[in-house]
Amino acid sequence: MVLELIFTKYNYIIYITLMTIGFYGMIGKRNLIKKLIGMSIFQYSIFLFYVSAADVSGGTAPILLKEPAVYVNPLPHVLILTAIVVAVSTLAVGLSLAIRIYREFGTLDEDKILELSK
Amino acid sequence: MITDHLPILLIVIGFFGAFFTPIIGMIRKELCSPWATFITMLQFLISLLLLYNVITAGNISYWLGGWQPPWGIEYAVDILNAFVLVIVAGVCFSVSIYSRKSLGLEVPGKEMPLYTLYILLSTGMLGIVVTGDIFNLYVFLEIASLAAYALIALGDRQSRMASFNYMIMGTISASFILMGIGYLYVMTGSLNMADLSRLIPALYGSPVLLVAIAMLVVGLSIKTALFPLHTWLPDAYTHAPSAISALLAGTFTKVGIYALIRVMFTVISPSYVIETVPVMSMLTWLAAIGILAGSVLAIAQYDIKRMLAYSSVSQIGYIILGVGLANNIAMTGGILHILSHSLMKVGLFMVAGAIIYRTGIKNIYQLKGMGKKMPYTMGAFVVGALSMIGIPPTIGFASKFYLAWGALEAGNWVFVVVILLSSLLTAVYFWRIFENVYFGVHETEEIKKDEAPLSMLLPIIAFAVLILLAGLFASLPIEVIKIWVTGVLP
Repeated sequence: MVLELIFTKYNYIIYITLMTIGFYGMIGKRNLIKKLIGMSIFQYSIFLFYVSAADVSGGTAPILLKEPAVYVNPLPHVLILTAIVVAVSTLAVGLSLAIRIYREFGTLDEDKILELSK
Repeated sequence: MITDHLPILLIVIGFFGAFFTPIIGMIRKELCSPWATFITMLQFLISLLLLYNVITAGNISYWLGGWQPPWGIEYAVDILNAFVLVIVAGVCFSVSIYSRKSLGLEVPGKEMPLYTLYILLSTGMLGIVVTGDIFNLYVFLEIASLAAYALIALGDRQSRMASFNYMIMGTISASFILMGIGYLYVMTGSLNMADLSRLIPALYGSPVLLVAIAMLVVGLSIKTALFPLHTWLPDAYTHAPSAISALLAGTFTKVGIYALIRVMFTVISPSYVIETVPVMSMLTWLAAIGILAGSVLAIAQYDIKRMLAYSSVSQIGYIILGVGLANNIAMTGGILHILSHSLMKVGLFMVAGAIIYRTGIKNIYQLKGMGKKMPYTMGAFVVGALSMIGIPPTIGFASKFYLAWGALEAGNWVFVVVILLSSLLTAVYFWRIFENVYFGVHETEEIKKDEAPLSMLLPIIAFAVLILLAGLFASLPIEVIKIWVTGVLP
């Protein structure tokens, strides 16, 4: 039962594992760049969930062919394209903030920054 | 007819305005601020028109590109939408008038990017409120959030770190929301809110629905800064430029609360989140703790903006408490408190900004003699503070009265005590300011009257007058809200 679940739904297990790693990176790491790396892993794990949940094995793109074939719903992929754009812009904002913080305080360590900004 | 296209015009005008701000900035930097005022004024007028149309002619459903709803994106406006739209657009408009001088001093020479982001933030928030498509809501949420991170980072030295922490929290929140939407989509195959509400009853009892609700509630609670998830808010509001603090305090958290109400009561039915899974009663208890904790933490602050930020945490608790109790009266009180908190907190933050503009003072114990120096500004502050405490002729009294009445109606005495106790605590932290401003003696120098410039004073006075007017004619908004509440709650 459990083994069957692991082998048939492994995509969800991978997504949850990645999500947890990313979440740990965002919360647990003290370096701002590592936090941003965690943030990216966290966001991309969710994209993986969307894309893998939409997949049908043996399916093709839903282009009108002469014979009706097994096709994949394209909407989740389109949604994730939008979400990828959002994730990239968030990362850009985050990195530019990290640059400003580094110029201001000369470090990227969160504890040191908190000490310096008192 | 152009009036048929009002919901999309709200968004198109905003994006058009944001797109052309850099071009206008290249011609003359000084034109950016009037341009932002003009765009937000158009948005405000459209919102007012939408509210009027919804009240007189019923709900509006706008199909983008003419595609029928479950397939195309729909902009659905009902009374709750229109009510929040008017609040958000009104605050964006008045703060844009106020911001010209205030931001000119605090963030000199950056008008062009600043007002581009300002219009994007305003449009993003209006988009969250106007849309009837749940994925569209996520996209607008991110547009508004990204603009907000950048605007907060324009503040003082610590603002970048505050903005970074807000960005981490905001991304967690947005990702949770995205995941919740994904779970709903995988189970139902639809993203339209009205369509989802038809499809979800078939899923009752499914664990996936429970996970989706949990994700959405956690995600939206971070955005609204509900108590244990409020940690980003005090830093962000303290270190952001004053006008931006005022804007965010009055609109962004309210938009989050709107999204929470919309998801819980329109997408997922009220009976499910109240009776089957006690999401709402969990939220009320968190809100009650938040009300007290926010007030106590506010008493401990010396910085005027930080004090107002913690008081925001407590006031957000009031709104969630009213929504969570979910009976007719408490819900009306909660939604009315969205209006009253926006009016009060924006007014108070604008006063704090005006004080910083004239004197640079942030510590409340240095405000001695300010009552003589800036009499009109401080008068507006008193009106706002009295409304926060809940003194009768103000709007704060009306909403708190409804909240307490609703708590009684629900038979929950603990919440009545919490509301009354928090009013007392609110009085304590505002009294410290009154004491310093009016009764504190300034030893060193003669105090000359030195009022804030007119473009700052005008919005401040307008908000003070609105607080009083809305309080005197509170039955007007209450009637409007009641139409929506009775339509939703059984």
